[in-house]
Amino acid sequence: MVNSANKTGAAGISAEVRNLRKQFDGEPVLRGINLNVQPGEIFVIMGPSGSGKSVLLRHIIGLETPDSGEVFVGGKPVSDAVLSEFRLAMVFQSGALLNSFTVTENVGLYLTEHQTKSESEIKKIVAEKLELVGLTGHEDRLPSELSGGMKKRVAIARALVIEPQLMLYDEPTSELDPVMAATIGHEISRLRQRTGTTSIVVTHDRDLAFGIADRMALIHEGQIRCVGTPAEIRTQTDPIVNDFLNAEFSLKRKTKSL
Amino acid sequence: MFYKDIGELLVLFWKTLQELPQAWRHRRKIFEQLFEIGNASLFMVGLLSLFIGGVLALQTGPVFKDRGVVSFVGGMVGLAMAKELGPVMMAILIAGRVGSAMAAEIGSMLIFQEIDALKTMNINPVRFLVLPRFVAIAIAMPCLVVLATLVGWMGGAIVSVANSEIALTFDGYFNSLKDMVGPLDMLNGSIKSLVFSQIIVFVSCHQGLNTRGGPRGVGRSVTKAVVNSIILILIADYFLTRIMIKW
Repeated sequence: MVNSANKTGAAGISAEVRNLRKQFDGEPVLRGINLNVQPGEIFVIMGPSGSGKSVLLRHIIGLETPDSGEVFVGGKPVSDAVLSEFRLAMVFQSGALLNSFTVTENVGLYLTEHQTKSESEIKKIVAEKLELVGLTGHEDRLPSELSGGMKKRVAIARALVIEPQLMLYDEPTSELDPVMAATIGHEISRLRQRTGTTSIVVTHDRDLAFGIADRMALIHEGQIRCVGTPAEIRTQTDPIVNDFLNAEFSLKRKTKSL
Repeated sequence: MFYKDIGELLVLFWKTLQELPQAWRHRRKIFEQLFEIGNASLFMVGLLSLFIGGVLALQTGPVFKDRGVVSFVGGMVGLAMAKELGPVMMAILIAGRVGSAMAAEIGSMLIFQEIDALKTMNINPVRFLVLPRFVAIAIAMPCLVVLATLVGWMGGAIVSVANSEIALTFDGYFNSLKDMVGPLDMLNGSIKSLVFSQIIVFVSCHQGLNTRGGPRGVGRSVTKAVVNSIILILIADYFLTRIMIKW
């Protein structure tokens, strides 16, 4: 594989999905998805659990092979060569940290493996990113010694180190408190301002979605129900979209009526 | 399924060979694995070999003495340890101790999406996980087998001298050993151990990389890694012996 770690400062790249279909054990998960994400855009994908959002992300970064349809990154069909040519990163829902490695080793993994920076530079970059996600002082801990939220923040720091041209976030704010969730949202926007990174964010967090999205899509049962700016999505008349966006706890009302 | 596994093993072997020029860049991981495979196995290897050598002398000594060829005990223990028991027993020990750990570690990394995370960082999992183990075990195994052979000889010598039913002298034991065991016999054992090491590393890594399901899947991969390694080691041992019998 070509080492692409030295290509810094490049702007964001586009991502396009054409008529993507995927099934697991005969069960369709994606049923003809079409998406076009522009370079530098923050694109949010929302949808109920099991609707195929994470599977879609895995296709965009080449971890899954489509049954049919095509995925393009930077205008080229996804392949090992293309994934080497561009800098892509993904924040997994579970964090997917290397459990035998310390926080510092995890965050600096990309740089140490591609060996494009000196050890002192790597240390400095890792310290910066850990400070950004509020984890200074936890450098030598193992993932098993961290809470779920802390693991997620380490995963975000690890992805930020890559300075990606296309960043995929799978539920970046789940397990985070509202303050840290807002910090992460801010960081997603800041990354775009600083390097023009394209971001595709899968989330259930409506505050995050409407706070950062340039455009958003809602997936339901493996199909896109709507795509548009946050303002356009709010005015949708599709009942499934409305149910998802307007769902709220009404325990007090229900308790009174009992 | 059998042919698919063999095919996948060969593909994994080829992919690892292609990564071999990158080995020096990954020397730190290779040293870590060398410590894990070699250093951490030393005590077990020494203990096991001492008793294997001792048992060989104990089983054969009295029989040889009855037939008036007790002086051959040294040579018999020497040959058996160098050509057969050293490499085979150590391979079985390493398959159980190191092969199981490889399959468990890689299997866990797979089910916890760590390998997916490596791929997204453009880090080749074969280079990151298999290459260091491949190089380390190829270095460590022949060294361990030489050590095992030497310790086994000592075990045989101690029993041959200390046991009153054999009652050899150290000189008598080692003279016989020197007469019957030559450098080619040691080379024979080293070649076997190198082949066995590759069986262990590729079967274990392949099982780890094909883990399905959760922790139960990891357990299944570990069992299959150890059992398949041992079966292949014993089959390979026969054919290697057949090829090298005339040496």
